[in-house]
Amino acid sequence: MRIAVASGKGGAGKTSVTASLASIWDTPLIVADADVEAPNLHLFLHPQIEEERYCGLDVPRLEITRCTQCGLCRDICTYKAIAAFAGRISIFPDMCHGCGGCFAVCSAGALERTQRELGILQRGTVLEGRVRFLMGRTRIGEAMTPPLLRQEHLFLQEMQAVLPADILLDAPPGVSCPAMTAARDVDVILLVADPTPFGFHDFRLAHQAFLPMHKDVRVVINRAGAADNAAGDAAVRAYCREHGLPLLAELPFERVAAEQYALGGLLVHLSEQWQQRFEALRDALRQPNVGATVAQRPQEAHHA
Amino acid sequence: MPDFIRKIAVSSEGPSLDDAVDPRFGRAGGFVVVDMTDMSVDYIDNGASQTMAMGAGIETAERMARAGVQAVLSGYVGPKAFAALEAAGVRVCQNVDGGSVRDAVERFCRGELPFADAPNR
Repeated sequence: MRIAVASGKGGAGKTSVTASLASIWDTPLIVADADVEAPNLHLFLHPQIEEERYCGLDVPRLEITRCTQCGLCRDICTYKAIAAFAGRISIFPDMCHGCGGCFAVCSAGALERTQRELGILQRGTVLEGRVRFLMGRTRIGEAMTPPLLRQEHLFLQEMQAVLPADILLDAPPGVSCPAMTAARDVDVILLVADPTPFGFHDFRLAHQAFLPMHKDVRVVINRAGAADNAAGDAAVRAYCREHGLPLLAELPFERVAAEQYALGGLLVHLSEQWQQRFEALRDALRQPNVGATVAQRPQEAHHA
Repeated sequence: MPDFIRKIAVSSEGPSLDDAVDPRFGRAGGFVVVDMTDMSVDYIDNGASQTMAMGAGIETAERMARAGVQAVLSGYVGPKAFAALEAAGVRVCQNVDGGSVRDAVERFCRGELPFADAPNR
């Protein structure tokens, strides 16, 4: 099964949950960091990197001597990567999403393919070689992450072809293109809910954003039981009940958990009790979600 | 004022010389276009670019080129918009923030708004 660990708000606990789950996964697993703008899973899992791949996106370059100034490439570009000033074509490669439309409509052969560097993908192993690992890192200055995420997805498929395994994806935060792109190809979205007012607000946003994908969405509350926040915990539980979201686990708010995180340690190693919590979460993830909407192929996200 | 300037556009919150300058270029509400030869005033709505997810600056630059202006007066012009205006041969006077469109045009005429050679955002 393929699981994306997602959240609306950043800092909800996606990486902590992903890293601890990976360490107690007892069947073949690939764990991947899809937060390619700010990857941090490697800080907890310390991968042995075995392969590094450069990723680029095909973008157009104008061969001006062949351009007939017909303007078709400019008209087809939804992203304003091609502009025309008094008929003269100008290309802004940073804006290009790599759809290839301009190449298809240029009959004069005035557009050549060149590459914009997106970032890198790094493959390796973690947890004494028991778990395979993949992470992406966006080039500094690159504004778009979905093209790199799509290449990360292809790399994951390649790794699965070598040896089938479950996939655990540390998804990007937020509810925009990166989060949607990462969640498109999974079976289960595990939403980590932070029961603070901000966290609850963004958790609801995330649930609503993922809703049109018709995915099997499940929830884990992180930092439950904080002093004076019973109402926050109750709000998340009530929302889950109301929307039929299975609440798989509640991870308690404890000072030792924050200390463990700050030291780069895994929550699952804190105590027997913490280990049991993650084992229960793992087992609950493997149970079919009887109330879940039947998964459908998601539609192409806008601007992705 | 250099003599190659015949028309200028000022990013504006409304259609007249008395409206406030909109400090944004790509996402400006509109542009007051002033014909410097007879000081006649025209208005270009920029609402379509305001709602774009990306590429507002480039589209607005195209709009400026079509309007036939030689210079744009605005608050903040981003790097892509700046490159687009450069490609279009439109000069940029930036950091025009606060005050009315009329104030901006008068400052331009007095030579108080230099042409920028790099974006300020």
